[in-house]
Amino acid sequence: MKRGRAAASRGALLRWTVLATAIAAWQLTTRTHPSVYFPPPTDIARHTHTLWFSGPPTHAFLTPAATENILPSLARMTTGFVIAAIAGIALGTALGRSRRAHALCNPVLQFARAVPPPALVPVFVVLLDFGTRMQVASIVFSAVWPVLINTADGVRNTDPLRVDVAAVLRLNRTERLRFLFLPSALPRIFAGLRLSLSLCLVLMVFSELLPGTANGIGFTLTDAQSRSDLLTVWAALVLLGALGYVLNTVLLAVEKRLLGRGDR
Amino acid sequence: MLRLDSLGQGYGDHPVLHDITLTVPDGQLLCVVGPSGCGKSTLLRTVAGLLPVREGTVSVDGAPVSGVPDRLAVVFQDYGRSLYPWLPVRENVALPLRRRGLGRAERREQAELMLERVGLRGAGRRYPWQLSGGMQQRVAIARALVCRPSLLLMDEPFGSLDAQTREDLEDLLLEVHESEGATIVFVTHDIDESVYVGDRVVVLSAGPGSRVVLDLPVGLPGKRDQIATRGLPEFVALRAEIGRAVRS
Ligand SMILES: Nc1ncnc2c1ncn2[C@@H]1O[C@H](COP(=O)(O)OP(=O)(O)OP(=O)(O)O)[C@@H](O)[C@H]1O
Ligand SMILES: [Mg+2]
Repeated sequence: MKRGRAAASRGALLRWTVLATAIAAWQLTTRTHPSVYFPPPTDIARHTHTLWFSGPPTHAFLTPAATENILPSLARMTTGFVIAAIAGIALGTALGRSRRAHALCNPVLQFARAVPPPALVPVFVVLLDFGTRMQVASIVFSAVWPVLINTADGVRNTDPLRVDVAAVLRLNRTERLRFLFLPSALPRIFAGLRLSLSLCLVLMVFSELLPGTANGIGFTLTDAQSRSDLLTVWAALVLLGALGYVLNTVLLAVEKRLLGRGDR
Repeated sequence: MLRLDSLGQGYGDHPVLHDITLTVPDGQLLCVVGPSGCGKSTLLRTVAGLLPVREGTVSVDGAPVSGVPDRLAVVFQDYGRSLYPWLPVRENVALPLRRRGLGRAERREQAELMLERVGLRGAGRRYPWQLSGGMQQRVAIARALVCRPSLLLMDEPFGSLDAQTREDLEDLLLEVHESEGATIVFVTHDIDESVYVGDRVVVLSAGPGSRVVLDLPVGLPGKRDQIATRGLPEFVALRAEIGRAVRS
């Protein structure tokens, strides 16, 4: 146990060292070979700070630029992710429970999953016009497939002996979902959720790059680009990377908590 | 009362059981022995309503089996896999009590009591995968006994236990059988065990298409005792007769 923890912290140390070295190398190179296109990390960090995180303590240090752009992006993404997760788990469970429904829908699902998600956006632009509804719809329709397909597979692959056990214990429909199918599919559900989360981030930015958007991180990106403000472009990129990392870490923590160390 | 009438069973075009006719009166403890792969588990799964009857009929208390009969409990052969690893031991054991309309606290209490009876006091909060194989087996037994079934099917329930625990659980089974009076079908490959716990022993022939080759009442004098009973001349004679039937 102790040895495991020591090894884990050594691993973490190593990972952070690699990251720090990469940033240091970038810093050194940009200092020795200055370029307008590749500003040094210290400049990007300073710019990120003044742009978004130098606000008053009463606003959690967020500047107006941050509340006007980061928060709406986050709101769209969370809304899209939550809807996709709920719909994906619900539909996936239904599909996983019915052999017939799965056989019928599987080709459609494989097709839907194979379509590159950003290609869906124009469809929603036509259907819903530019704006938040279109953006959330694009996120939902791209992110729902991995959860749906993984949930269906997880539910379908529930150990048949455990299904027999549920029958003998005379568990009703809800109890079977709660005590058997969902817990049994949970590892697969989370695998789907992780894929969906990264798709949500992609689609959030992509849908904000389109005209007709007045705020958001994607909007900040296009806006800065049109003003040739490369420092802001870099800051937005770093912010997106950090955001993706943090959200994924949160999801992993939730997964770890829910799954425990049980083998299933 | 459990009745099998010319039961035929199989998977696909692979026959497993052929023309099995058996009547198990209420409260009898019937042991089923037979070579590996002869269809003992298949027989239990059919009685439990998990496999549709192919030929003949199976009835419990006069009603033909279609679906899981009322007040039935099963200890599956693969006991480890039959527990739900995401639920603590106590919740696993309390699961069958949901159909009984008991409150949460009462379910928990009964589960703890039953765990205590199988010698797992204090293990209720742990998870099945944190227990040894023998402990998991006892959890599966506790889960079967907790809802006081009137028909109990046990598929090699003491398979992977050490001799001491095994004897303790055999005696516990006899004690529960006496106090609750359930009808029990007990599958085992251990001939000694079948004579020790059974009121009656049925031997199945090797498959495919196994049939009953021996149906023997066990009339041992006196109360069962692990040392004394196994030394009785009647015990030895029964064991020899069953052994010959299994090998034939
Ligand atoms: N799901 C299944 N599909 C096809 N054949 C099966 C299936 N389950 C069992 N069988 C076959 O049916 C026969 C009887 O199997 P069963 O599990 O009932 O034997 P058993 O008497 O319980 O054996 P053991 O003592 O080893 O547990 C075997 O030949 C087996 O190969
Ligand atoms: Mg078997």
